[in-house]
Amino acid sequence: MAAKSPLISDENAENITRVEELAYELRIREVMTKNVFCLEPDTVMEVALDTFQMERISGAPVTSGGKLLGILSIEDLIHALRESNLTASVREYMTTDLVVIREFDPVVEALKTFYQTNFGRLPVLNESDELVGIITKGDITNGLLNALQRDYQAEELIRYRASHLFEDIVSARTSLILRYSIKKGDFVHGGNASSNIKRALLRLGASPQIARRCGIAIYEAEMNLIIHTNHGGTIRAEIEPHKITMEAYDDGPGIEDVELAMKPGYSTATNEVREMGFGAGMGLVNIKRCVDEMKLISSKERGTNLFMILYLESTDHNPNTIG
Amino acid sequence: MEINELVKIIDGEILTDASLNGREVAGAMGADLMSDVLASIQPEAALLTGLCNPQVVRTAQIADIRAIIFVRGKHPAQETILLANEEDIPLITTRHGLFEACGLLYAAGLISLEVKTEEDCSSS
Repeated sequence: MAAKSPLISDENAENITRVEELAYELRIREVMTKNVFCLEPDTVMEVALDTFQMERISGAPVTSGGKLLGILSIEDLIHALRESNLTASVREYMTTDLVVIREFDPVVEALKTFYQTNFGRLPVLNESDELVGIITKGDITNGLLNALQRDYQAEELIRYRASHLFEDIVSARTSLILRYSIKKGDFVHGGNASSNIKRALLRLGASPQIARRCGIAIYEAEMNLIIHTNHGGTIRAEIEPHKITMEAYDDGPGIEDVELAMKPGYSTATNEVREMGFGAGMGLVNIKRCVDEMKLISSKERGTNLFMILYLESTDHNPNTIG
Repeated sequence: MEINELVKIIDGEILTDASLNGREVAGAMGADLMSDVLASIQPEAALLTGLCNPQVVRTAQIADIRAIIFVRGKHPAQETILLANEEDIPLITTRHGLFEACGLLYAAGLISLEVKTEEDCSSS
């Protein structure tokens, strides 16, 4: 499961970790094949051959009174066939140089053994050294896939619960409030808040169009806080079943001429900011286009407050409405 | 257009880890101003740009962009690649310039996903 590329991304790391975690979490017992077909040491090879064919198996442990004596595989049968010695007993051809594994060992132990040896199957013993099952690579793959499927179902359940959050909770007015502190000049994390809000909306069952419009509006507001404020500011998104109210506020320096700031192309951004692809004077214009209502209040004393509302019922929004 | 095909057309190099097999873009847009991108790009597009900071990836995630192509042989900083891997947005770099890369893709049948906006800057 190791990544081929030397650079392991966070996402890869996440995936690997989950499978690796599972390989450590899952016990051999949980993935092994139980009720294994066993051979007696005195069985004749020809009978073993018939059994393999009938049961469609390619190997079987040889036991006596529950104790493991060896393993008979297809290769051992071929060996006997080559020597035209099918009348011999299983005992004569079985492999006795055995590598075994314990039922409560983590799956990763079996993976290591498969990697180190050339065995296709390992007998599984309990604490009293009795044979309780057999494990193959196929068993492990199935076990891991089943476990991942269980994880997936759990995630689906979370998603389902999130999207029914507002139906499950009864109140006069239910809302979910998300708050993010935005630091002045923090370009590296710029967009984190908008990404998280967009993800939350999708999880809550908002349409991709609504999530996208909210994301763009919040992203522009977030970049404004990073670029234009004295100390950064706060983003607050209140999600209700019928609307999303977003607010970006800071403590200064305030916008001198709000009407002018709303004009497309008007910008006070520095060249450095422009080099980053922002500050083209389109931010507020973009926001206005994305939301149903927008209100910008600013003063030198109290800083700037930007209110944005997006209604969830309306499919087509009116870009000209300003609250 | 399959992203793998797009990479061939512009003789690009893939910078992110995830496989591009079966992944497609519906069209493309070229721009260096992220506000322009946010204002006018339609979902499922490829973005051709000369801008290499993490903001490009953020913009892509917010605007549902399916692939980012850096032009003029630019290589973004490691933090941009890390973020792109995290957000699962493929990054591709090509030695062609913006005009040339756009032209090659347009000639290969890739459509523009830039919507016209009424606002312009003449009034400022």
